[in-house]
Amino acid sequence: MTVDLPPAPAQLDTPARPRRIPPAVLLIAPSIVFMALLLGWPVIQGVLQAFRSDDGFTLEFVTRMVQDPYFWPAVRNTLLLIAVMIPLQFAFAITMALLLRSNPRLDKVHFFVWAIPLALSDLAAGLVWLSIFNDRGYLNSVLASLGIDTIPWLAYDNPTTLFLCVLVAEVWRSTSLVLVIVVSGLQGIPKDYDEAAQVFGAGFWQRLRHVTLPLLKPSLQVALILRTILAFQTFAVAQALTGQNFPLVVGETYRWYTGLQNPNVAAALALVILVASMLISIFYLRALRDKGQEGTR
Amino acid sequence: MTTTRIVDTPPARPAVDEAPLKRQRRNRALLQAACILISLFMLVPIYLISLAALSTRESLNEFPLSLLPTNLSFETLRAFLGSTGIIGAFGNSLIVGLGTLLISALIGVPAGYALARFAFPAKEPYQLFLLFTRALPIVVLSVPLARLFLTVDLYDTTYAVILLHTALALPTTILISASVFLSVPIDVEEAARVFGCTPAGAFLKVVLPMALPGLAAASIFTFVMSWNEVLGASILTLDHRTLPAQVLTSLSDSPLAYRFAGGFALVIPSIIFIAFMRRYLTNMWGSTIR
Repeated sequence: MTVDLPPAPAQLDTPARPRRIPPAVLLIAPSIVFMALLLGWPVIQGVLQAFRSDDGFTLEFVTRMVQDPYFWPAVRNTLLLIAVMIPLQFAFAITMALLLRSNPRLDKVHFFVWAIPLALSDLAAGLVWLSIFNDRGYLNSVLASLGIDTIPWLAYDNPTTLFLCVLVAEVWRSTSLVLVIVVSGLQGIPKDYDEAAQVFGAGFWQRLRHVTLPLLKPSLQVALILRTILAFQTFAVAQALTGQNFPLVVGETYRWYTGLQNPNVAAALALVILVASMLISIFYLRALRDKGQEGTR
Repeated sequence: MTTTRIVDTPPARPAVDEAPLKRQRRNRALLQAACILISLFMLVPIYLISLAALSTRESLNEFPLSLLPTNLSFETLRAFLGSTGIIGAFGNSLIVGLGTLLISALIGVPAGYALARFAFPAKEPYQLFLLFTRALPIVVLSVPLARLFLTVDLYDTTYAVILLHTALALPTTILISASVFLSVPIDVEEAARVFGCTPAGAFLKVVLPMALPGLAAASIFTFVMSWNEVLGASILTLDHRTLPAQVLTSLSDSPLAYRFAGGFALVIPSIIFIAFMRRYLTNMWGSTIR
């Protein structure tokens, strides 16, 4: 009985706690209101816009979207771009991060240079590579002065080179985001693990596969989610490089909205992106949880 | 036993296997070469767009193009800057960027502080909500917002773009400023309280000055995001376009020289931004991993 007494003074202290909640709520309330108004509300409106006409629910806009000759090529291009670009740029970014980790000379300069595209818009990247890939651009100039036949990289009847050009420009621009996330993840891993594995005779690939990559997993997952969602939104690169010749889903939204003046179909297209992004995020988060992610955080 | 070992080693010494050392040296050299190659891959396109933007129109029409700066002139750039709407678009970009920075800091920094310092009931859902909003594509917001802004007479104003960009930047601002505040030890704040500061005073006089560099980096980050955003800005405006939106909408009917000059005008600020932010790059992105 007397043992139950000590909790009593502690309970006297607790009334101070409920009072601590109001400042936190006051501090976060504006952000919640703002985001509800400018993020939540438009999403609901977007769904309504895509499925509602003057006389109630309709699938008219979705049908028009699907029947548009550019729709399926746009979907295919977007998926193809993501499927090729993401693995490529992750391999590239991990290589770059490991190179930086080995303390090369001028590593600060290299990191700065590799991070520059982080602040570049995809429109800028498209224009930069346009100067290289256009018919009379720098790449063809080099080819011509070497005596090799020039190639019409951006010709509409050359889908392979079109894809390659967009791919190179996007990898060039967006790998730095992955790089910075991976570098900061590597900074959080003590070198001891790697050295211990080395002492026990593990080769470079073994250490990468069994020590570094598993420890990097949280960073890689964040990078993967961010990059995939951003990759769905790729658009201005293709617009700057190819005009309409390499349709992407977001580019189609832009075309329906500005060119064809049809916000409803544009909203339906936007929903395609939204659903795809959601599914990808959920998929990654699932995959993340299955592998016992709780331990690292 | 021991003596035999000692006797054994001296003859081995001259025959020291130098292969690992050589291999290590060769590996170092290869590493350096790989770094330089990647840097070239990053820099050469920037060099080429600068070259294209700084060449005369005539020299751009030559083929093959010269890869060396033989014919530098500001004619193309001047023509680009002189074309209609570009100077105004620069101004609009600045206004939108600064406005976004300001509003998202005003709303986001307090929320970040709350996230870092207080335990509140809905903290976990709130953080999940933030993560979720980062996944919202810009297109999904832009099209319905355009209609909303039309009804409230905000369409085609810089305010509309500021609001959109703030909504996009806010989750990141909150998460980054939360991690900045986490890095300020709570002890100094408590010390200030002990010596008689009010909570607000402790925040303003002690915590804020210590958090300021990190918050400044986060603001530049917000500004860059707004400066680069193309799609939303071009959907929400007609006459008050930001620079990327202006360049995008005039793409199809403009000569190559104009596009190169536009690309150059978009590239140069980003180099400056990264130069300012480079110390914070990994901290900021590392901190968003939560």
